[in-house]
Amino acid sequence: MSEQTVRAPQTVTWKARERGDNEAPYLEVSDLQVQFPTADGMVKAVQGLSYSLPLGRTLAIVGESGSGKSVSSMAVLGLHDRKTARISGSIKVGGTEIVGMSPQELQKFRGAGASMIFQDPQSSLHPYFTIGNQIMESYRAHHNVSKRKAKARAIEMLGRVGIPNPVRRVDNYPHEFSGGMRQRAMIAMALVNDPKLLIADEPTTALDVTVQAQILDLIADLQRDFGSAVVFITHDLGVVAEIADDILVMYAGSAIEHGPVEKILGTPLHPYTWGLLESIPALAGEPQPLHPIPGTPPSLLAVPGGCAFHPRCEFRDRVPDDLCRTLKPDLVPRTADQGRTSRCHLKDPDRIFQTEILPRLP
Amino acid sequence: MLLYILRRLASAISVVIVTLVASFALFFLAPTDPAGVICGPKCTPERLADISASLDLDKPAYQQLGSYMKGIVVGRDFETGGVERHCSAPCLGYSYSFGQPVTTMLLQAIPVTVSIVLGGAVIYLFLGVMAGSLAAQVRGTPLDRVTVGATNFIASIPYFVVALLVVLYATFLPYSSYHPFLDNPLTWASGLVAAWLTLGITNAASYSRYARASMIESLGQDFVRTARSKGISERRVVYRHALRAALTPVTTIFGIDLAFQLTGAIFTEKLFGLNGLGVLSLNAFAKYDLPVLMGTVLFGSVLLVVMNLVVDIVYTFLDPRVRLG
Repeated sequence: MSEQTVRAPQTVTWKARERGDNEAPYLEVSDLQVQFPTADGMVKAVQGLSYSLPLGRTLAIVGESGSGKSVSSMAVLGLHDRKTARISGSIKVGGTEIVGMSPQELQKFRGAGASMIFQDPQSSLHPYFTIGNQIMESYRAHHNVSKRKAKARAIEMLGRVGIPNPVRRVDNYPHEFSGGMRQRAMIAMALVNDPKLLIADEPTTALDVTVQAQILDLIADLQRDFGSAVVFITHDLGVVAEIADDILVMYAGSAIEHGPVEKILGTPLHPYTWGLLESIPALAGEPQPLHPIPGTPPSLLAVPGGCAFHPRCEFRDRVPDDLCRTLKPDLVPRTADQGRTSRCHLKDPDRIFQTEILPRLP
Repeated sequence: MLLYILRRLASAISVVIVTLVASFALFFLAPTDPAGVICGPKCTPERLADISASLDLDKPAYQQLGSYMKGIVVGRDFETGGVERHCSAPCLGYSYSFGQPVTTMLLQAIPVTVSIVLGGAVIYLFLGVMAGSLAAQVRGTPLDRVTVGATNFIASIPYFVVALLVVLYATFLPYSSYHPFLDNPLTWASGLVAAWLTLGITNAASYSRYARASMIESLGQDFVRTARSKGISERRVVYRHALRAALTPVTTIFGIDLAFQLTGAIFTEKLFGLNGLGVLSLNAFAKYDLPVLMGTVLFGSVLLVVMNLVVDIVYTFLDPRVRLG
């Protein structure tokens, strides 16, 4: 809270931090817990999530629906309703603590320090306001400029995200845009204040495949130009391989594997990640039966004790003393490689992967 | 847009004609004899026949309908006891009981009802939407429950009970009477304030429920989350983004309600002694004054059709996705 005494206008503050703090990670999440009290009990959506992300890098958070990937990312922007969500732990963006921030400070932070692209641009843009109007609103929330200047900025941003004829398009309504263009406009809106952290929550899920690739290229391209940190939430491992530097696999509210993308996808060390890879259908060769992960994701009202994945894990018998059922493993390096971590009791996961899983993969 | 309006008006005319024929059939073929009513209990057959002839009641129904419609378009002539009276278009006939042209009576009553209803609508729209959107924002809290409970309670009390309570207990309000707005806006307003409050408060209860439901839905929309993620104030998120979208369904209900209320706010007019369309049709009903009844029904059907068109046009301004055509 000592920040408050020296606080300059917000836009200046964010710029200053970014210059002074280049070495440290821009986004630092530690022991984040997000819980929602409901009539049926406490929904433990995120349980002790920790990760960090420097500027210029892309982190992909993958996992099934309900694994906590979106919930944890919304917490980064402080988007959870204070009345319904219990949040503890720490989220630092550019050195500033987000958890417990006052609503006024949060408001200044959102959009300027970090911004978000949502899944479905059709429903995420307001149907009654023009694209330009919505981008201008974002810009003017953080810059004290005239409408004319804001509009010029909106046109500039629309051009930057590849919308043809932005001068005319700026006055269109969202329904006059195609799906891909809407998502481009959404990206323009998210980046209009030049935030150093961009959270993309399944930004390509609602788009068709050819447009998906264009949007991914655009995000990667803009990241290079703006030098920002990107958190990319997805359940599409193909997308991950294409865009991410690091990957964080989540299951039942916890990270279960974390590391550089080529390592995690090359030699995953957690049975859940193996399951994810095995459930990707082969597009070439003879049709093979799929190997889905048995069972269903656990209810967040009653997450299994021990390792949350143990009821669905076909390797739990190889761990002695019933440890999988009784003790939640830590997220620590499990091999000689210190740059990657996983949350599994198995002694020799890399050997199991090489000898048993790899041959089964398409 | 213009073409659309013309097309809609054309279809509106056919709706009005159907209503006219149907209500004509209902009233004129009903087993009441207006001539007998006018003539009274001590009636000689000659007098009865004379009255019937003067009202065209001795002619076949289709001829009566024909001359009625002709009267609306070009006007018509009436003959009573050898005296000829011209009734200029749009002629809706003469009141049996007052002898006045129905058109004149309607034109006197319409401003009264319009004044009552529009004033009341301002109050119930404002109160209802405010209470509803506030309740939606604090959904599930005691404040929300109190609001929902109170609105349910008010909405459950019969309308005339509320009106009576206002008449009996709100004696501090100015005495109710109608003075034309153009004569003196201040006396116009003070004479109507009691009626406005009654109409306003009772309807505000149901409007707050519509607004609450609509606002809860709209607050859960993705675009509201987007607005919040932009860093604009919560006020702006709620009122500019969420409320804006929530108002569209409320507008639909309002259009229909308004048209209905404009055909006559019977309880309000009767209890506050304001001679609007409601009182006019009520009295006409009691006296089998069929031309007046026909006139109010016709006015009501025109109003409904026109209000529907107005709501559709207003929609294009509210929601840019709506294109008429």
